[in-house]
Amino acid sequence: MMGVRQKCVKFAFRFLMIVPILASTASVIAQTADKGKLVYDTNCLACHQIDGSGVPMLNPTLQGTSFVKGDKARLIRIVLNGLKNTEIDGEMYDNPMPPFASLSDEDVAAVLTFVRSNFKNKESAVKTEEVTTIRKGK
Amino acid sequence: MILSGFNPHVEEDTIKVPTGFKVGIFAEGLGTARHIAFTPQGNAYIKLAKLVDGKGIVMLQDADKDGKAEKKSMFGDFTGTGMVVKGNYLYASSDQEIFRYTLDANGVVTNRDSPEKLVTGLINRRQHAAKAIALDNKGNLYVNIGAFSNACQEVDRTKGSKGMMPCPILDSAGGIWQFSAAKMNQTYGTGKRYATGLRNIVGLDWNTENDQLFVMQHGRDMLFQLYPEYFDAKQSAELPAECMYALKQGDDAGWPYIYYDQNQKKKILAPEFGGDGKKTGGEKAIDPVVAFPGHLAPNGLLFYKGKMFPTKYKNGAFIAFHGSWNRAPEKQQGYFVAFVPFKGGKPSGPYEVFADNFSELTSIDAPGQAVHRPCGLAEGPDGALYVTDDVKGTVYKITYGGK
Repeated sequence: MMGVRQKCVKFAFRFLMIVPILASTASVIAQTADKGKLVYDTNCLACHQIDGSGVPMLNPTLQGTSFVKGDKARLIRIVLNGLKNTEIDGEMYDNPMPPFASLSDEDVAAVLTFVRSNFKNKESAVKTEEVTTIRKGK
Repeated sequence: MILSGFNPHVEEDTIKVPTGFKVGIFAEGLGTARHIAFTPQGNAYIKLAKLVDGKGIVMLQDADKDGKAEKKSMFGDFTGTGMVVKGNYLYASSDQEIFRYTLDANGVVTNRDSPEKLVTGLINRRQHAAKAIALDNKGNLYVNIGAFSNACQEVDRTKGSKGMMPCPILDSAGGIWQFSAAKMNQTYGTGKRYATGLRNIVGLDWNTENDQLFVMQHGRDMLFQLYPEYFDAKQSAELPAECMYALKQGDDAGWPYIYYDQNQKKKILAPEFGGDGKKTGGEKAIDPVVAFPGHLAPNGLLFYKGKMFPTKYKNGAFIAFHGSWNRAPEKQQGYFVAFVPFKGGKPSGPYEVFADNFSELTSIDAPGQAVHRPCGLAEGPDGALYVTDDVKGTVYKITYGGK
């Protein structure tokens, strides 16, 4: 049986171990999102706009929609293959989205991490390996 | 002035107009109000882009003439943009068909549930699908069939994709088609391609002074995004011009092969077809009669025939600019109604901004921020100018003088 003191030490030790891991994960997400912002500004901003609000009736908003917050695989496929004639949360949009297959897996992951953690979204990061898997299997 | 207890929105002071003009709110909350038309008796008909309670046309009446519509009713089970009153008929378009309703001596539609179908089977691939319409005085109907593409690339809006030569879209779209305003069930086969090389027209009107169709083109998008080697973001925000064209039968305005550069005052070869922002092209294409800055999105055109406004405005053109999106990352522009003076059916001076601040913002990053966006224009029987907004469905009434 461990004494209370021992338990406290053990807990504190665990906590000390976890904090750096959390911090480094957070900074990786932040770095990925920073890189993602560059990818966004170059490839996405013209249509989806500086605040991700899109263009009413023409280009979909990225603010809190089920397509952005939901299934990561679907979101990755949209970036790689483009999208048109698709209802998003009850709205139809006139302009087609071209495929962005020429972006690297790392760039796709970065831009989706940026989008999913900005524009009122608070979703998890997209990893490069997830993009690689989808691209291979598409 | 407060409109009503539950809506403290003081829009009458919001819209900026020249001295002597006043802006009132004729109606609001209609939904996606696109084009608007008035009967001589003063009934307004407005086309909606989205159904409200299953209906796509709004009728408004201001029987007590206080400048606000107090009677509203709805009919028509289709969405769309086009709305024109001519003679004893109300013409309305969906994105693939054109309908005609009969008006009685009071300007009231008699066949709300059974309009005549004049034209059917027009191409609708969502992009630039609005079938804006105008009529001449000889029984002809003119219809925009917008190109379902930005610049006729093999893969639309995609960097590195070449332009298709010849552009196959022009066979069934990218121009103005002429039909009879009185025959039923017309199709591409019975219509005539009146003018081609027009990417997308939403604002168009028949000029009765010189008996000619005038149109406002939505110019191409994404010069910088697709060709950063030739254009920077600032140039791409200003180019190409949003052009007003005066059309004759058989005219070609040059899309997708060229665009008009309002700074060089030249028709420039589109980069998808070997251009670099400098090489000219389109020797056989017509020149615009007015060139506005890029991407302002002209959605309404009206030649003013009324007697209410000062002489300067008589026969001149009002243009409703919906406001830009393809200027990002630069600030967005437009969201106003412009005026161009005309003499003898030709522009006689530079354009000016007539009514401004529909967005209710001093600086606009993205079009979704705009509170209102001008879309349709109409002249009431008293000569007042009406402007629709397709964000909140406000109808503004602009008057001149004492009232």
